[in-house]
Amino acid sequence: MKIDSGSTAWVLISTALVLLMTPGVAFFYGGMSRAKSVLNMMMMSFVSMATVGVVWVLYAYSLAFTEGGGLNQFVGGLSDWGLVGLETVATADDGSGIPQLVFVAFQATFAIITVALISGAIADRAKFGAWVLFTVVWATLVYAPIAHWVWFFGPEDGEGGWIGAGLGALDFAGGTVVHINAGAAALALAFVLGKRKGWPRDPMRPHNLPFVLLGAALLWFGWFGFNAGSALGANATAAVAFINTMVATCAAAFAWIVVEKLRDGSSTTLGIASGVVAGLVAITPACAFVTPIGAIVIGLIAGAVCAYAVSLKYKLGYDDSLDVVGVHMVGGIVGALLIGILATTAVNDAGADGLLAGGGLSLLGKQAVGVLATLVYSFVVTFVIGKVIDLTMGFRISEEDEVAGIDSTAHAETAYDFGGIHAGGAGGGTGPLPAAKAADSTPTKVEA
Amino acid sequence: MKLITAVIKPFKLDEVKAALETFGVKGMTVSEASGYGRQKGHTEVYRGAEYKVDLVPKLRVEVLVDDDDADDVIDVIVKAAQTGKIGDGKVWAVPVETVIRVRTGETGAEAL
Repeated sequence: MKIDSGSTAWVLISTALVLLMTPGVAFFYGGMSRAKSVLNMMMMSFVSMATVGVVWVLYAYSLAFTEGGGLNQFVGGLSDWGLVGLETVATADDGSGIPQLVFVAFQATFAIITVALISGAIADRAKFGAWVLFTVVWATLVYAPIAHWVWFFGPEDGEGGWIGAGLGALDFAGGTVVHINAGAAALALAFVLGKRKGWPRDPMRPHNLPFVLLGAALLWFGWFGFNAGSALGANATAAVAFINTMVATCAAAFAWIVVEKLRDGSSTTLGIASGVVAGLVAITPACAFVTPIGAIVIGLIAGAVCAYAVSLKYKLGYDDSLDVVGVHMVGGIVGALLIGILATTAVNDAGADGLLAGGGLSLLGKQAVGVLATLVYSFVVTFVIGKVIDLTMGFRISEEDEVAGIDSTAHAETAYDFGGIHAGGAGGGTGPLPAAKAADSTPTKVEA
Repeated sequence: MKLITAVIKPFKLDEVKAALETFGVKGMTVSEASGYGRQKGHTEVYRGAEYKVDLVPKLRVEVLVDDDDADDVIDVIVKAAQTGKIGDGKVWAVPVETVIRVRTGETGAEAL
């Protein structure tokens, strides 16, 4: 095994960066939910790491990134289950590759965050056990196949998944695989679970905007690994992806708060945090295929479009609680389609020329097919998975538990102790359990 | 005796307190309150969704005074709490039957 140590170091670091994005999502979403359900919201992200990380190593990596025989266009095989025998394999044996296990770990973090993103649509109301089951089934039946469609390339030209290798649609770091996929799945689950009690009469304002900003900041930091790490090497492609990730995000954050100022009268922190994420999402598929000026254009468009898209749920009446559809699905579509306009081989030989670089409309067409296929497959299969879980074990908590708050009813915890009677020890009834009390020597009145 | 209750804008507390001290009132109870009058509350916007906050934060100041002082004390509070803008609050007085100082057991005017 001959490997490139610089590239290996960069992808190892990128892997850690991308894993940090999932706790980032937890803060981003946690801050937007209500105080009585913030723990559950954050738990849904954290448990994705616990389940999807394991499933990925056991078999899902193999389903996504190995040769699938007769079904190779649509799904991989099980030849690399358990990563048996991958210990000494490199992605390229000519000294330009990285250890295969580093690639496996890097991709694991993508699968994890994609699942975590979906949870934003079902804040406050999903049974925790049902969600845990969903993460495993969804990673298997939806994420792995779509990753295979877009990112598995066989040894021969045109061999591999039907969207990437077959059709030639571009998705550098996961606009379709991660964001459109998660967004469409989120929409499906929002339909399966229904609206939160009280929505939309009560818009259910975020309980901690500093958390939202903290989460957005962690996401942005981790996203450099997401995008620039997807070059799988410490090279010029990583550099292009890095600068584009930075500048598109800046532009999108700016565009979102300008829209807010014009439309609502105030630029808000939730707005700038949302703009940051919208920009990150939109540049993800395009980051290694466009110039930095192109990245600014993508950011400006994505920031403005997503700022309007988040109000769709009020018009159409589905409770996508934390705007996964408006930010990730719409942002992903914007980025994936703008590749067809703005891509240029001037920055990356491995890309293609879009409309403005003289490539005509063919790339835009391929992008559109990739987007549409992902939307339809993800929505339909997720809806079926959600319905089956709902009809068997139930996907939604009881109305009583929802009103009381899912943190205390599902997790036996509450996030905050705000002081007052129950915190100060003055009769709150929050002392140790009877077993612990038996040990103390407080005198008690003895019955005669 | 009278119990005078004033609901005022929070930033006016210092002025009301100083004015009452100057007048000679020896004690008061202040608590946080929220409510609304004719002006209602304010609007917050989250991702374009409007959230109406009806209840505006206020402070409730309570003072026990002798019947003879009641009108003057009300006057002092109103002058100190006034900004002339909407939401300045209300002041009212109700008769009090008994007042007892817990430490000594004194009652009536002695207890003030």
